[in-house]
Amino acid sequence: MNHLFLLTGMRVRLALRNKMFFFFSIVMPLVFFFLYAAVFGKSEPRTVAYLLGPVLGLNVMGSFWGLSAALVMFREQGILRRFHVSPVTELDMLLSSIFANYALALPTIVIQLFLAKYAFHVPSLGDLFSVWLLITIGIVSFGSLGLVIASVTNTMQETQVLNQLLWLPLIFLSGATIPFTSLSNAVKHIALFLPATYLVHGLKRAIVDTPPASPVALAVVLASLTVWFILTLFLSTQLFRWEPEAKIGRKAKLYVAATAIPFVLLGLWEAKYGRVIAEENTTIQRLDAAEKAEKEKPQQPPKPTTEAPEAPAPEKH
Amino acid sequence: MPEPVIRVENLVKRYGDVEAVRGVSFSVSEGEVFGLLGPNGAGKTSTIEVLEGLRNADSGTAIVCGYDPGKNAAALKYVIGAALQSTALPDKLRVMEALKLFASFYKAHKNPEELLKRFGLEEKRNAFYSQLSGGQKRRLALAIALINDPKVVFLDEPTAGLDPQVRREIYAIIEELKRDKKTIVLTTHYIEEAERLCDRVAIIDHGKVISQGSPLELKQASGDKTRIEVRLAKAESDLTLKNLEGVADCRALNGAYVLHCQRPPQAIVALVKHLETQNNELVSLEIFTPSLEDVFIELTGRRLRD
Repeated sequence: MNHLFLLTGMRVRLALRNKMFFFFSIVMPLVFFFLYAAVFGKSEPRTVAYLLGPVLGLNVMGSFWGLSAALVMFREQGILRRFHVSPVTELDMLLSSIFANYALALPTIVIQLFLAKYAFHVPSLGDLFSVWLLITIGIVSFGSLGLVIASVTNTMQETQVLNQLLWLPLIFLSGATIPFTSLSNAVKHIALFLPATYLVHGLKRAIVDTPPASPVALAVVLASLTVWFILTLFLSTQLFRWEPEAKIGRKAKLYVAATAIPFVLLGLWEAKYGRVIAEENTTIQRLDAAEKAEKEKPQQPPKPTTEAPEAPAPEKH
Repeated sequence: MPEPVIRVENLVKRYGDVEAVRGVSFSVSEGEVFGLLGPNGAGKTSTIEVLEGLRNADSGTAIVCGYDPGKNAAALKYVIGAALQSTALPDKLRVMEALKLFASFYKAHKNPEELLKRFGLEEKRNAFYSQLSGGQKRRLALAIALINDPKVVFLDEPTAGLDPQVRREIYAIIEELKRDKKTIVLTTHYIEEAERLCDRVAIIDHGKVISQGSPLELKQASGDKTRIEVRLAKAESDLTLKNLEGVADCRALNGAYVLHCQRPPQAIVALVKHLETQNNELVSLEIFTPSLEDVFIELTGRRLRD
């Protein structure tokens, strides 16, 4: 356990000394936040609250990208093999990556929530405990996906290609960038097989739907992400390689597909009962209704002035 | 006779169809500096990495400090130290941080401050790893290898790629470890390194130990012959040169002729006379005192760095 915390500390220190970390983990997420809140949300508090879920979702999902690249770089440079000859284990190395990633991602998320509340005047950030749970499970599970990617790719180039292949459907189909309700019905059903869809949906519901209409729905999302995390972590320990020249066979790359099992099952269940699709529609309808009601509110009559109108000057005869 | 600290018997390591280590056997006693000498690709690193617990052997026996590296690698890593051939630390890790980090992995460890001083890295304590020179990186690797005060230290090509000045600095450090009676296993393809540092050497080629003993024993076993390397204006038969007076053996190697001689003066006179009769002439002549290079040439017909 001691090794794990020492390595986590090292990983955090190294990230904080890296300019790329500041750009990709702090500057970019904040740029996205302002883009969503000020441009897409037109600084309207209720809309900003609705868009907060997708913005936080993007942050959480991004975990796998940096984590896989860092681990592959460590392996390619022969850094991992230096640790291999010490008492550090595979699990120490993998978990420290996830813990460090969590510690580094959380401050940006807190800043975004703070800005939503105080710069864009979002009236309520919803059920903050559920938001925290989703963010925590989300970061560790997507981080763990990054570990699997690092384990099944042999070079940095391969890692970046696989990251791109996974990243694009995750951001475009989950409702993190394109509103879920504007996707075609067929695409919505494909999106039901993606973990990102449940993460973004869960975050949206936790923020705008308080008290939650269905606490069971949140529990299902959390349970699925947790099972996914355990599965991906187990696979990454099995496929972990310390040595840069230890290549992995093509068949092993199919293990990435195995990590999809929990969401294939959840997707099939959702496709049958259609809960997420219905809830997404309800949420957006509520938002539209609130906006409409806001517009239809009768305008306040002008306040009566206390000063009497200036009397015309009497004509002099 | 005390039990050796390292015992290796018929060790075999394969990478796919390639058999990198083919039945290597040797043992190392406590306090001994043992060298694996051989050309690149001979199987030295594979052998040492099996002993460090980094790779699993395909067959054979390896025992290090009473542990089987294939089965007890976790326990073994607490009692060994290693400076690997191709390794690095994160660029943005500071020297002192690296020492403290590795020190904290062990229950008992040396004082990082002392090691920093001993390895001449005091001025670089706050430098990032990326800011160190090649020699400083190698010294840091050695310091980290010793951080847990290991029973056995593995040094894989500790001076490969370093300039002569830095190489001598590393030699001085290893000689200091030798004086401290540390058990050291080092791999090298430098003759000078093996002769200067090792109590015993195993010459390894194509995955097999072809000879082992102290450098002196090996040289004596090969006849302790002086090596004369000549280049001639016209090609000669190596068999003719081998029959010259004072010449024990002759091999053509990369355009030169390598003559192993028990009586060098007579051999040179006989060579010059022979060349006169053949209307041939000497382009160059170099005389070398007997070394492990000669042992290697005699055993394999090749130079170490071919």
